[in-house]
Amino acid sequence: MEDKIAIAIDDLTVAYNYKPVLWDIDLQIPEGVLMAIVGPNGAGKSTLLKSILDIIKPLAGTVTVYEKPYKKQRHLVAYVPQKGSVDWDFPTTALDVVMMGTYGSLGWIKRPGKAEKKLALEALEKVGMLTFQDRQISQLSGGQQQRIFLARALVQNAAIYFMDEPFQGVDATTEKAIIQILKELRKAGKTVVVVHHDLQTVPEYFDWVTFLNVKKIATGPVAQIFNDDNLTKTYGINYKTSIVE
Amino acid sequence: MTNAQLEIQIILSLVAVACALPGVFLVLRKMALISDAISHSILPGIVIGFFITQDLASPLLILMATLTGVLTVVLVEYIQKTGLVKEDTAIGLVFPALFSLGVILIARNAGDVHLDVDAVLLGEVAFAPFDRWMYNGIDMGPKSLWMIGTILSVSIIMLMMFYKELKIATFDAGLAASLGFTPIGIHYGLMTISSVTTVGAFDAIGAILVVAFMIVPPACVYLLTTNLKKMLIGSSLVGIFASITGYWVAHVLDTSIAGTIATVLGLLFFVVYLFAPNKGYISQWYKTKQQKTEVAMLVFMLHLANHEDESERNINHLQEHINWTKQRAKKVLKLASQNNMIEIEDGVINLTVKGLSFTEKAISYISDNKNSELEGIKQNFFLFRG
Amino acid sequence: MKQYFDLLMMDYTLQIITLGTAVLGALCGVLGSFAVLRKQSLLGDAISHASLPGIAIVFLVLGVKNNNGLLFGALLSGLVSAVFIKGIISKTHLKSDTALGVVLSTFFGFGMLLLTYIQKLPNANQSGLEKYLFGQAATLLASDVWLMSAIAGIALIVVLLFWKEFKMVLFDADYTTTLGFHVKFIDTLMTSFIVIAIVLGLQTVGVVLMSAMLLAPAAAARQWTNSLSKMVFLAGIFGATSGVLGTAISASANNLSTGPVIVLIATVFVMISFVFSPIRGLLFRQIKLWKNRNDLKLMKTLLFMYNIAKNHENISHPHKIQLLNNFQGYTRKSLKSLESEELILLDKGDWSLTEKGFDTAKNLYTNQS
Repeated sequence: MEDKIAIAIDDLTVAYNYKPVLWDIDLQIPEGVLMAIVGPNGAGKSTLLKSILDIIKPLAGTVTVYEKPYKKQRHLVAYVPQKGSVDWDFPTTALDVVMMGTYGSLGWIKRPGKAEKKLALEALEKVGMLTFQDRQISQLSGGQQQRIFLARALVQNAAIYFMDEPFQGVDATTEKAIIQILKELRKAGKTVVVVHHDLQTVPEYFDWVTFLNVKKIATGPVAQIFNDDNLTKTYGINYKTSIVE
Repeated sequence: MTNAQLEIQIILSLVAVACALPGVFLVLRKMALISDAISHSILPGIVIGFFITQDLASPLLILMATLTGVLTVVLVEYIQKTGLVKEDTAIGLVFPALFSLGVILIARNAGDVHLDVDAVLLGEVAFAPFDRWMYNGIDMGPKSLWMIGTILSVSIIMLMMFYKELKIATFDAGLAASLGFTPIGIHYGLMTISSVTTVGAFDAIGAILVVAFMIVPPACVYLLTTNLKKMLIGSSLVGIFASITGYWVAHVLDTSIAGTIATVLGLLFFVVYLFAPNKGYISQWYKTKQQKTEVAMLVFMLHLANHEDESERNINHLQEHINWTKQRAKKVLKLASQNNMIEIEDGVINLTVKGLSFTEKAISYISDNKNSELEGIKQNFFLFRG
Repeated sequence: MKQYFDLLMMDYTLQIITLGTAVLGALCGVLGSFAVLRKQSLLGDAISHASLPGIAIVFLVLGVKNNNGLLFGALLSGLVSAVFIKGIISKTHLKSDTALGVVLSTFFGFGMLLLTYIQKLPNANQSGLEKYLFGQAATLLASDVWLMSAIAGIALIVVLLFWKEFKMVLFDADYTTTLGFHVKFIDTLMTSFIVIAIVLGLQTVGVVLMSAMLLAPAAAARQWTNSLSKMVFLAGIFGATSGVLGTAISASANNLSTGPVIVLIATVFVMISFVFSPIRGLLFRQIKLWKNRNDLKLMKTLLFMYNIAKNHENISHPHKIQLLNNFQGYTRKSLKSLESEELILLDKGDWSLTEKGFDTAKNLYTNQS
């Protein structure tokens, strides 16, 4: 399982307003892992995802996906942004949002048809939201909105999934349902990378972890590196209070 | 210079100051466009007030128009609170509607109202000296001078009385509330002052120049200082300067005084925007360029400090691995060796002792988020800047 | 009213003008929907004010009132202002409201300077530029209307072609990037058409009120539907209707500029939509609030009854209504509505819980604690 590298990040540096946010990150993500990125607020976790996905232009460094530049491999990658990053009062339905997952393979101008709708409905069913397909998105609960976002990524049928804080502001049932789906994805040989806040659930949910605080602190199997030493290095001496938070 | 010309310039200067004072707070509170909304939407208040009083300087008219202004703010905030539309759409819906109402009221009663729509937008300051206040047969001066003078005095008194509260409410509404000042009271006080000032200035200079006087001078000064007192004084001076210059330019070109003053303000802003020492376009552009190379150099040196093996430290690595163009790589190398941060031996780059200690310091500042210190060590270590 | 229709049937000019305002209204409604959803409502206001100097400069240079030339000048100066606004926001610490305000007032002021300068020129052809302040639909010519229709047609085609892309960028631009779409291109396309719509409307609605023409139909349409396509379609209809009605009213009354009338009618659409829309409207919301409050009262009464009934072996044992006296929340009416929902039975002075009522109350009880 660890012989193939899904994502290779080399010397990635990101500066925002000439203030460094990520410093010289080298990171290799093996294929088929379910990985958490953890670190304190402002550690650059979301920025790391965004610069891998070319939403933010890095100052230096390269990202390769299965040994080719990311730009040539977009179709292999799906992204679940932070729920708070969009306007949920936007006039559209749950099904419509999920359909957006098919737009990438459609390309410019072409409209989605029956095949795309079928894919979207399947994804909605997988996240348990089929009955909500015609609901306006503002009438969904936080957990339901997150499921819709997940379904949109599932539709892309990608090899690698990037998720930005998918458990933020969701109910316990949704959290269980989402992690169930993520584990299924891993079983199917997909690679899943999750920006994660809740340190307590790391051992239970994930098998791989990256500690990040502007620089990469450590990366590897949860069983081997998820320990006090790395937590202290990442969060400072008082990391226990961050767990409570 | 005739007496009338002098009076016009005094009126304009007073208006400029009266607008600049609330304007500073509007700009700081990110509510600049409220002045645009108020200046347009007081029109129906003025027209109806004029039907009743037949006098643009009557206190009743000023009261009614001021109420319309405050009503605009209340309406905008109410619509925002319903969540039916996004924030700025509310402003965009309210003021055109009220302004349209005013324009139609004027048009329908064209015979009775000596107000015309051009005057609404542009004002008629040239006529201000002819509408004089006669008291017991003694000429007391132009009415609008008295009106704007009164409004300005009230603003200044209020400003001095509530300076501390205004300052706290503007920079930290939460703290103000916890100290027992009601930000809402301050908020509506400011809105009322803005409305009264707009109404008072309206007759002389029109809606557009009110907006220009309220927003442009504070915007100029805000690019030069962030000190509240300096902003208040500076904005007033900018306003007075633009008024007098604009007046004489308009005199020469024989153009609209209000339009010309707004143009002068625009030019002033443009000059400040380009040349302001720290926050201007050119200085920002230069700084950006400098910072870009310097940050790139830091990245590079950090990379050197991080990696022991020689393949990562090869001179060609800069381009291949870090994904930089040749030009940028060259610039970075040049800057680093100029500052004696690196040595190159057989194509392998090494940090010097100085380079190493600089990098270590930089890393510790960066991970502690101390950006100002970062600038400080650059001063200490750099012989040449990027 | 009938008089107006007779006039409309007979008068070719009036037909042309009506067609023009209808097309303009529809175009503004459609493109305005995008502006509103992009949260750039006031950018339109700044750009329309800022187009004034462009009109004046073209007139000064050409010396004639070539309509297309003036529109081109307006377009150019609108675009320059957009660049300035963007420059101020991205290069300085001034916020967008200040940037909009600075550009709006100074560009417009410069435009007025130029207009007053032009008025003093010894040129017979100068009058009529003021129409750009508040709009004068009466000056629309057939050629203007054809130009408007052609551009509206192109805009419609673009909107239909790039519908999917527009929708996605409006909702989630970052995600659109990851799918490999060029977001900046889509964005620029959208902004360009919004600016073009503003410029086309200047002659009819005028620089001062043009922004309302973009916002009002879209804001009204948003209240009636939760689907983007329906919203855009409705906004087009509202815009066209405001245009036609506004023209009719200002044509049948003396001395009324078209712009303000159209804007007022569009505002009426907004007010009606805000209050009466069945999905989001304020009236509906208020009714729902009352209903909820009422339901809450009923449930409180039911809970009180439950607390009495649960101590008896037979839950449907009848009790005197007087028993409820130390609980203030009941009325004859509320008991009746509880009965109509089959939660209780009333028998003269007595009440008893039904099986359904007992279960409902029990459920409420466990949910509450």
